[in-house]
Amino acid sequence: MFHIIKNRKYWYIISLLIIIPGIISLFLQGLNWGIDFTGGTILEVKFAKDVQSQDIRSIITQKGIKVSSIQQTSEGNYLIRTEELDTAKRDLLVKALENNLGKMDVLREDRIGGIVSRELLQKALLALLISSVLMLIYITFRFEFYFGVAAIIALLHDVFVTIGIFSIFQWEVDSSFVAAILTIIGYSINDTIVIFDRIRENLKYREKGEALEDLINKSLWQTMTRSINTVMTVIFVLVALLLFGGSSIKVFVTAMLIGVTSGAYSSIFNASPVWFDLKRMSSKGDNAKKQ
Amino acid sequence: MRLGKFTIFSGVLIFILILGWYMFLGFGPVKPLVKYTTLGLDLQGGVHVVFQAKELPGSPVNDKTMQSTISIIETRVNELGISEPIIQKQGKDRIIVEIAGYKNPEEAVRTLIKPAVLEFKSPEGELVVSGKDLKDAIESKDPNTGLAEVDLTFNADGTKKFGDFTSKNVGRNLGIYLDGKLLQNPVIQEPITNGKARITGYKDLNEAHRIAVLLRSGALPLKLEILEKKVVGPTLGADSLRRSVKASIIGVIAIFLFMILYYRFPGFIADFSLILYATIVLGVMIALKATLTLPGIAGFVLSMGMAVDANILIFERLKEELRMGKTLRSAIDSGFKRAFLTVFDSNATTLIAAVILYFLGTGPVRGFAVTLSIGILASFFTAITFTRWLLFLAADSKVVKNPKLYGA
Repeated sequence: MFHIIKNRKYWYIISLLIIIPGIISLFLQGLNWGIDFTGGTILEVKFAKDVQSQDIRSIITQKGIKVSSIQQTSEGNYLIRTEELDTAKRDLLVKALENNLGKMDVLREDRIGGIVSRELLQKALLALLISSVLMLIYITFRFEFYFGVAAIIALLHDVFVTIGIFSIFQWEVDSSFVAAILTIIGYSINDTIVIFDRIRENLKYREKGEALEDLINKSLWQTMTRSINTVMTVIFVLVALLLFGGSSIKVFVTAMLIGVTSGAYSSIFNASPVWFDLKRMSSKGDNAKKQ
Repeated sequence: MRLGKFTIFSGVLIFILILGWYMFLGFGPVKPLVKYTTLGLDLQGGVHVVFQAKELPGSPVNDKTMQSTISIIETRVNELGISEPIIQKQGKDRIIVEIAGYKNPEEAVRTLIKPAVLEFKSPEGELVVSGKDLKDAIESKDPNTGLAEVDLTFNADGTKKFGDFTSKNVGRNLGIYLDGKLLQNPVIQEPITNGKARITGYKDLNEAHRIAVLLRSGALPLKLEILEKKVVGPTLGADSLRRSVKASIIGVIAIFLFMILYYRFPGFIADFSLILYATIVLGVMIALKATLTLPGIAGFVLSMGMAVDANILIFERLKEELRMGKTLRSAIDSGFKRAFLTVFDSNATTLIAAVILYFLGTGPVRGFAVTLSIGILASFFTAITFTRWLLFLAADSKVVKNPKLYGA
């Protein structure tokens, strides 16, 4: 059977090939923060007549309103993002569009001030931190510390892959992205623990002379069908949501899709190899002390 | 005895089918249970606003002024005929208002934050009567002209002040101001001592009604500014609901088929477990009066995908045990025992993330965390107890004997 642990440097390289460009992109261009974070106004409108996005833009800018983007979502439907508009400016915009481009329905309107956004981001980071620490404690308590460290490294891997890809492609990040990241963490840990559980069980029945790397490899292959099948069922649902669900959950579903795929990969190809390396290093340390 | 177990087994399956049918499809005139979920603003249309309260001259922001501001908003909301609004104080100086399914949410928000200071002033700018002297304000239609108007009735104090002024100033103007804006400037024809006045010039009865509501509820003691506003039109809400339901059905059918095709008989049983799972989750949500939002639906369907994980874990174990040559019954038994701890540990960590998400999240993110948490607990319960029970029943009734059908 193919030896996953012996080939671990390749899995690390694959992970780094995805994560490093993501981190570089994060430094160079950052994330494309949606108005949930930056503050601003989004109007989703539906025109009765056929209109062009340049026309919408020129009408709005003529009124002295800063437009950050205009995006067509379906025929006649446009998503207009602007600076934060107060009630008077919002009315000015709606009236100007109706006067120039004909009847128009406001389907959705979001206005978010700068203060709210900062609170949201702080809370998100706090949630990330607290849940990581609590999970580390739980795993240390139920398993051992190194399992916990390896699991946290695997989940950070998934977080960086997801955030990195969103940064590279400059996809917009909204508040549901935060929910997605936290779900990915939960999911990734879930997947990793099933494998660790198997390793722990096999350690109990370990035959004399069985190398740790062979034991881990055996455990990985024993849980392989489960790992693949579980991620398949979740991906079925996500793809269905992506293809048929509404536009407002697109960010959430895309993030989940990336994170879940990365989570399945990292729990097989990163978590256990990292645990193996941690174990090896610590036992070397022990041996050094003994000598 | 065999027949007995077989009867129970098929009885349980039929019961689950009926339960699921009632949950999602209903029976003719009997509405399906899902219809009783509270839909979030993003699914039925509505508005969510966060107001920031700021002081007015002589009226600082404190508990007392916040409380009276909130009760004035409540009066206005109720009198506009808005059902089940949510009005909450957030922190020291913010107010959250959520209005679902109202046809003109934009207009409602504007009406809510109008200061509504009514003043009658002489041409010299001297204040004659104000909103404080008002007893009532009711909209009506003038029977002769058919025009909408607001009829005002002053209280005793106001009646006296109004009577005195109009007696002394016949032939002069009396300006009616709302929020500092001149509404009308009629000429006093004769002394008015019955304490009644009227404001005309409205487009329709609706507009007059809104003004009457404002005047009746009194002036806001604080200035309200919009900090955050989210409006979802009713058509978009309905569209989101339709789309997400369709996506969910497709995703769930894919899971069902996959389980049967891959795991055969246990997969078939897992599908029934999933129906029970979905019924429990939605049932708990209805009981808790949790609001179903778009991310909530996504979370729910996603949790179905994760809920099968417990089943998959158990079935993989079962296969291993069967391959080792165990009898069906003891394979089921040890398969479950060995999978139990794994399922427990993996679910516990996910639950930690979900709980943190709930405490730190807001709005829809919170709804998502609730669905996810209920889902984790329910999937743990159904996989460990129900799937196990059904598999034992099936094994005992010898309905499916061939281990091949268990994937071995």
